[in-house]
This record gives sequence, C-alpha cells and structure tokens, in this order.
Amino acid sequence: MLLKIALKNLLGARLRTFLNVLVTAFSFYLILFTSAMYDGMLQHAKQVTMDTEIAGGAYWHPEYDPLDPMTFEEAHSVPPSAIQALIDENKAFPVLVSQASIYPGGRIMPTIMKGIPPNQRIVNMPTDALLGHEDIAIPVLIGKGMASESKLEVGDAFTIRWLDTDLTYDADEGTVVHIMDTENFKLDMGHIWIPLNKVQSMLAMEGEATYVTYGKGVQPVQDKGDWIPRDINYLVQDMEAIIEADKPGAQILYLILLAMAAMGIFNAQVLSIFRRGREIGTLMAIGMTRPRVVGLFTLEGGLNAVLSAAVTLIVFGPILWYFGAYGIPLPIDYSEMGLIIAKRLIPVYTIGLVVSTTILVSIIVLIVSYIPSRRIAKMKPTDALRGKVMA
Amino acid sequence: MEKDTVIRIKGLLKQFPIGGQFFTALKNVDLDLNEGEFTGLVGPSGSGKTTLLNIIGGLDSPTEGQVSVLGQALNDTSHAERARLRRKHMGFIFQSYNLLPVYTVFENVELPLILNKVDKNERRSMVAQAVESVGLRDKMDSRPNMLSGGECQRTAIARAIVHQPALVLADEPTANLDAENSHHIMKILSNLNKELSTSFIFATHDEKIMAYLRRIIHLGDGEITKDEIIDNPKAHD
Ligand SMILES: Nc1ncnc2c1ncn2[C@@H]1O[C@H](COP(=O)(O)OP(=O)(O)OP(=O)(O)O)[C@@H](O)[C@H]1O
Ligand SMILES: [Mg+2]
Repeated sequence: MLLKIALKNLLGARLRTFLNVLVTAFSFYLILFTSAMYDGMLQHAKQVTMDTEIAGGAYWHPEYDPLDPMTFEEAHSVPPSAIQALIDENKAFPVLVSQASIYPGGRIMPTIMKGIPPNQRIVNMPTDALLGHEDIAIPVLIGKGMASESKLEVGDAFTIRWLDTDLTYDADEGTVVHIMDTENFKLDMGHIWIPLNKVQSMLAMEGEATYVTYGKGVQPVQDKGDWIPRDINYLVQDMEAIIEADKPGAQILYLILLAMAAMGIFNAQVLSIFRRGREIGTLMAIGMTRPRVVGLFTLEGGLNAVLSAAVTLIVFGPILWYFGAYGIPLPIDYSEMGLIIAKRLIPVYTIGLVVSTTILVSIIVLIVSYIPSRRIAKMKPTDALRGKVMA
Repeated sequence: MEKDTVIRIKGLLKQFPIGGQFFTALKNVDLDLNEGEFTGLVGPSGSGKTTLLNIIGGLDSPTEGQVSVLGQALNDTSHAERARLRRKHMGFIFQSYNLLPVYTVFENVELPLILNKVDKNERRSMVAQAVESVGLRDKMDSRPNMLSGGECQRTAIARAIVHQPALVLADEPTANLDAENSHHIMKILSNLNKELSTSFIFATHDEKIMAYLRRIIHLGDGEITKDEIIDNPKAHD
C-alpha cells in the first residue's frame, strides 16, 4: 500500500521526480561507465601482454632479472634438455637477452638487444619480418616508439655495439627491416629485436638462451634444471601491481560520483520534507502513523533509485552498449607514455560490476532517503499542519 | 431519546511552553458532545478553537484533564492508537483544504480508504458516492490546481466523510470561500449530518456558518463562556 502511494507521489510530482531521477541516473551511468572503462583497460592491457609477450608462461635462466640489465651478462646458457625438447617441438621458443648500444645518426642509445627465432608463432609479434635478409649483416625489428625516439626508418643502417663473452667490445652494422606497431610498449621502448642465431653468433653463445617462452596449454616440464618457471600469474604480477596502484584514483572518482548522487537525493529529500510539512500533517490527521509516514518518504526516496536504474537502462543503456560493442576511439597514442592502452577503448561490463554498483547505489539512496525522513517521526502533527517544520 | 456521547472533556487545561514560561491556551474546559450534533466552537482569534479541535482529534495532548473521544480516553492511548482512531472514525476539514496536490480528486478522496485497507471495488463505489454527495462527479480526475476554492473544499469534505466517520472536525472550513460557496458547503455538510448520523464540530467565527449550527459553544481566552442550543431555521432546510 505504501509502495502504491509512494509511486503515485513520485509520478505525480512529474518535473521534480524527473530531475531527481535524471541526476541519479546520470551518476549511476558515469559510475558504471568509468568502472567499465577501467576494467576494460585493465583487461585489454592484460590480454595484450599475454598475447604479445607472455603466452603460456616462461622458464627463466636463474640469473635473469628483466628489471636489472646488469644481470644479462650472466643470464645465459643452453636450456635444460626438457625445455630444449619443448623448443624442438615448436611448443616454445628461446630468447637471448643482452645489453647493447646503438648509434643512430651518430647519437648513442643504450638498448636491450633480444634474439628471437623469426619463425616463432607463439607470441603475436611480426618476427617473420626478420626472415630472408641474407644480404643484410644484422636485420633489426623495432617498435614505432623506438623508431621515433631514434629517428630510424625502414632501410636505415646504424652501428650496434655490444660486449661479448671475453669482455671486449664488438660492433657491426644493423639495418631496420621492419617497424612494428605494437600496443605492448614493453616490446618497443628501448628494444631491438634480431634473429636469434645472429645474436647467438654475435655474442658467441651458440645454442644459448636467457629465457624460454612456451605456448598456452603447454604442460610444465619436470627436468627444468636450475631454470625458474614463471607462470602467467607471475608474469602479469607487475602489471597487476601497476593496476592496483592505480585503483585508489579510480575509487576516489566513484566516491565523488556517488557523493554527488547521494547529495542530490539528500537535498531533494530534505527539501521535499520541508516543503511538504502540511502534507505530512494532513497524512497524520487522516490517520497515517508516524512510522508509516517515515516509511512513505523513505520509500519515495528509494524509488528514486529504482527509477534511476530504469532510466539508466533505457536512456544510457544504448550508449553503454554502443561503447561496449564499438569502443571509444582515442585521439592520442598513449603507448609512448608507457601505457598499454588500446587505440579504441572498450569498456567491459561485468555482472559483478553492474550488481555491485546497483547494490551500492541502492543502499546509499536508501540511507540518504531515510535520514532526512526520520525527522518526520519527531514532528508534532499540529506543527506540521501549520507548515511549521524544522529543517 | 438519550444519544451516545461522542466527546467527553473534563477539566481540560492546555499550556504551551514559551521561552521558559507557559502560555495557557485552554483552561477549565468541560464539554460533552453527543452523537449527531452539529456544533460550532465560536470565538475571537486566539481564543483556543484550533487548539481544542486538535486535542479532540488526538493531534495534540492536554496538559491536564480527561479527554475521551468515541469511548477512548486519549490520555491513555499511544500515537499509533490515536492515528487508528482518526483513520477509522474521524474526518478532518481544514481552512486551506490540505489536498495532496499530486493526486486527483478521486485519489484524494480514496486515500482514507486505502489507509483503512478497504478493497478496491468497495473503494471505488464509496469514493463515487462521497464525490457525488459533494457534487463533483465530473471533476473526479482533476487535480487540485485545476479546481476552484469551493471545489477544493468540497473534495476535502468528500475525503473527510468517505469512510463514514463518527466525527468530523472542521477548522474554519469556509474562511477561504465566498458567501455563495460557504452556503453551498454548509448545506452539503448539514445534509450529510442528517443522512449519516455523523457528528460535526466547527471552529469558526464566520456568521454564515453560525446560521446552520444547532449548538454554539463560545470560547473566550481559552474558556467556555457560553454554551447554547439554538433553533436555527436554516438547520432544518
Ligand atoms: N504550538 C503553539 N505554541 C505556542 N502557542 C500556541 C501554539 N498553538 C497555539 N498557540 C497559542 O494558543 C492560542 C490559541 O490558539 P488557537 O490556534 O487555538 O486559536 P484560534 O481560536 O484557533 O484562533 P484563530 O481564529 O486565529 O484560528 C493563541 O494565542 C496561540 O498563539
Ligand atoms: Mg484556528
């Protein structure tokens, strides 16, 4: 019965309800949208990293620490036989990592030089561009970011200088054979990619590797020697850490949005109780008990949330769906800032997100509807009837 | 024939606290009111008419004295019990109508029945009857802002009598109306009084109302100064 009256009151107060609901719906929409964008970005970044870099996981040489280039000098050996067997079956590929300096246009640039089998199919990298350059001393694959940093173009030659095993410097000429457009900045910034056998002979480390990346679904090997297995969970860890570090920022954004919506409803509720004092008095005179009047006003506020959810679905739903399906084109290329961000952002709406947002918004709406309504319980009907309401 | 007592008040005192002191709005009020009466509380502004009506309606409580309404001693009742008493057995008419602005005439009149959990079909016919009795059948779906003052007050009357209460309390029901509408309203109320055996109490200083009353209780400075039964020609229209 209360519900019916509350609904009638809401629908009757057309414009007021409409504005209230629109504001709430808009915040609702923004919360959903920003959260979904955020989730979409994370999911995309994770997926790109797995697709282009991690695949099923890797075995690392015990000395290898990707964050410390000084370890590269020691981090190489012939992979243990079981791992080598995976490579031979094309279920994995080895990468040999070393420091090197390049001299594009006479400048010096420290880089990480990685040798990769050009015919690998396990990660999504255009390594086959390194194939078939018998006339070139060292074919080199670089990313777009690296290309613009070093001002190198396809066909440009430059000097590569590296430290070989007997700790003497050696140099040769590399030629850019392809510039790849990858979303994974980690394959791009500061990297030069060269066919594995070239790097092995440059460094005089025949058959050696720093790490071995295996494909998805490959079973772990028993006889991995002292090499360290790094599964997907481990390899996405640092990215998840970046994400976690970013979360408080996003959460503050929700909180602000939620506070906006809550304040709107709170305000509307206080105002409505203040203005409707006479109505409250009349309801009491007609014989509505005070708890019921409190319930009625709380319900009216709460119904705001329900209507808002419906409006969000109807008005903003198509927008949310459109972005979800087609993404949002980004005008700037963020990869140069060291972020894995798609050229088109695609928000991801998980059921968890929708449900948790709905519950959160509903609880908050109910609280901000109830708190002002509680005053009614303390009102004297005679004061209310005279329109004398303490605000 | 001895009729049932609807209201019995003994030694009523009502004081309002005003800045550490008390203002006495009603004192030494003794009053009996029987079923079917058509009575006015008459007196100058500030004499305590509204205060007395509010106490009878259980909207305010006495400082001292016994007030029993429809067999219930209000002193001993809770908020909820008084709300129930109003809901079941009382109707209120206000000077400024106090209709719910977002409701139609039908919905305004229906509200007391909804509160009393009357079922839908019965509600429909009771509302129709009440609206008919105030002559507003063709305004059933209008909202208050589309009605004249007289029509608003007639709607309020329909709302006050739709659940066939034993007692209707009306505070200056004609104060905002012109002479013609005032007479119209009073005729309606007077007819309802005869048909329904409902008791009516008016707070008023409107001469036009007085012409319809059968008993006038004069209030002055919070006390009953005169209580007269009168034989009004208009009361027998
Ligand atoms: N809540 C209150 N607090 C303090 N004083 C009050 C309160 N309600 C009424 N009074 C005082 O009690 C006295 C009687 O008021 P009441 O409203 O009953 O008068 P009334 O006879 O209805 O007057 P009117 O004809 O102007 O409506 C007035 O002096 C009024 O100021
Ligand atoms: Mg008054």
